[in-house]
Amino acid sequence: MMDATTRKALYRAMSRIRTVEERIADLYPEQEMRCPVHLCIGQEAAEAGTGLALDRRDYALSGHRSHGHYLAKGGDLKGMMAEIYGKATGCAGGKGGSMHLVDLDAGFLGAVPIVGSTIPIAVGTAFSSKMKGEDRVTMVFFGDGATEAGVFHESLNFAALHALPIVFVCENNLYSVYSPMGVRQPDGRSIAGIAAAHGVATQTGDGNDAEAVFTLASKAVDAARRGQGPVFIELSTYRWREHCGPNFDNHIGYRTEAEYEEWRQRDPLALYRARLIADGAATGAELAAIDAELAAEMEDAVTFAKSSPFPPRESAGQHIYAE
Amino acid sequence: MTRQIKFFEALREGLDQCMGADASVYVMGLGVPDPGGIFGSTKGLVEKYGASRVLDMPLAENTMTGVAIGSALTGLRPVLTHQRVDFAILSMEQLVNQAAKWHYMFDGRMRVPLVVRMIIGRGWGQGPQHSQSLQAMFAQVPGLKVVMPTTAYDAKGLLIAAIEDDNPVVMLEHRWLYGIADDVPEEAYRVPLGKAKIMREGGDVTIVGLSYMSLESLRAADILKGYGISAEVIDLRSLRPLDEATILASLRKTGRLVVTDTAHGPFGATSEIMALAAEKAFGALKAAPSRVCLPDHPAPTSPALADDFYPRAGHIAAAVLRQLGREPDAALFAPPAGRRLDQPDSSFQGPF
Repeated sequence: MMDATTRKALYRAMSRIRTVEERIADLYPEQEMRCPVHLCIGQEAAEAGTGLALDRRDYALSGHRSHGHYLAKGGDLKGMMAEIYGKATGCAGGKGGSMHLVDLDAGFLGAVPIVGSTIPIAVGTAFSSKMKGEDRVTMVFFGDGATEAGVFHESLNFAALHALPIVFVCENNLYSVYSPMGVRQPDGRSIAGIAAAHGVATQTGDGNDAEAVFTLASKAVDAARRGQGPVFIELSTYRWREHCGPNFDNHIGYRTEAEYEEWRQRDPLALYRARLIADGAATGAELAAIDAELAAEMEDAVTFAKSSPFPPRESAGQHIYAE
Repeated sequence: MTRQIKFFEALREGLDQCMGADASVYVMGLGVPDPGGIFGSTKGLVEKYGASRVLDMPLAENTMTGVAIGSALTGLRPVLTHQRVDFAILSMEQLVNQAAKWHYMFDGRMRVPLVVRMIIGRGWGQGPQHSQSLQAMFAQVPGLKVVMPTTAYDAKGLLIAAIEDDNPVVMLEHRWLYGIADDVPEEAYRVPLGKAKIMREGGDVTIVGLSYMSLESLRAADILKGYGISAEVIDLRSLRPLDEATILASLRKTGRLVVTDTAHGPFGATSEIMALAAEKAFGALKAAPSRVCLPDHPAPTSPALADDFYPRAGHIAAAVLRQLGREPDAALFAPPAGRRLDQPDSSFQGPF
């Protein structure tokens, strides 16, 4: 069995993502967060399990739904919240918002909302590590939709060709906005199979099981670090809320309430809480204490973000070119 | 020490010196280490620096641009090379959305020291998809720098300056310049990005050109001398940043402007220069500016169709004469002696 420290760290990382995302959803109607937000509630196990498999010195990049990746990699919460509120103290100085999180100290090199676009850039950071002989792994996060983009295929090809130290993490949540897999990819063909066809070592796993994800991801990171080349991991999971925004949208007709409920029963956080308690790894009170601590941390971050100044207008024209 | 070397040799020497001086510089592109070596401009580099720094690549322009960006974000200085501009536009997403904006959208926290070389083809039936001049598309994007060397001297100096710059720089190289020699110092030197060059001083008209059309502009100035007209020829060298000061100073002196480009006219570099003249030197203008560009249709392949596609010195001289109220004579449009119009000189015998 996994050691208690790791298990509590996984719980904490998942609960932290859930706490932050739920609070964003609560506060979003205030209309003070004036940028699109893509919440990852329901996908926390995939994010915590992969993020915790990395060292701080490792690199991570992500896409539009990046809050969980940023937090699991150790990104600064205050910087993230201030960025979403468009403040000068934000991790991108208010230039980026929720879709452009960054924290260089944590090795989170950036997220962008052009689906698939950070995949080749991540291959480039891995290429750089290999060329410099660094003992560093890059992990790149994307969804099932990105696997339809040309850059996904081109990137796997190049990463395999040069045996680059990169782990590709695909969270398959079944939908690209409202479009289900069935209208985007042929039946009977797996995403993992595409990666394997490119000559990349491939793993699939339950994206709602934090320990399973952590075990898979740790092996993948280890293989990449030891120079065995890239690894592709496909994790099945489910996005609870709407593609973009704070609401639930099961009523509008692109997916069924029954499907949602089925996934809801597999809540990665609730399942893990129950498991830790059943195993005697933690008491309900211990976990509640962690949750309370995280809620307080989030309130601090929101207060920090709300009370921070907006960036000065002249900063809009700054940093177009590096001096 | 200065000696005469050709444009492609100057590029190769610049690359060689940058790679020798800085281990973070690497060169990548389809065919970069092959026996042809990008028309000679990368020849011999793989033998000197090895396959890890002089790389061929898969036919995946967009992804390889992303790879170059990722490597640039983490301390390397890639020089990505495309044998045609037309191929490079497959990488527009990474160039426009990512390379151009990474520094800005993360508030200056990261830099993208990337050079993307692209070659403009011409002649011997290059046709609709091997000869486009799309510099304006790149120059429209804040965050990119765009340079177009005309001489071998500037090819080396701009390339070294571009590699040392911490921003993404698109360098467009006209294929017809590759075989032209110029005085080039042996040592490394830099030509600043964003500085135009006055190639010829004159007082009656300002001709602004870029890339191969700057050479045609010089020839036009020679023709105009025969008419008693003194033309000042400015070689832009950089589209972005644009050297407004040099253009405006010349315009205030001459009061007349002819702009010529290797591209189509509408929404292009010529439009931008004319807008600059209208906005900032309107009072100095003695006549409406004119431009000499490609006809507004794709490049045809047959020599029978392509011969009329590319304007020459005579067309530029004619534009000047018309501004001065003089009717150009037909001899100005006669094809040059000693070569066919689909080759830069008789030594160029195709196929590309």
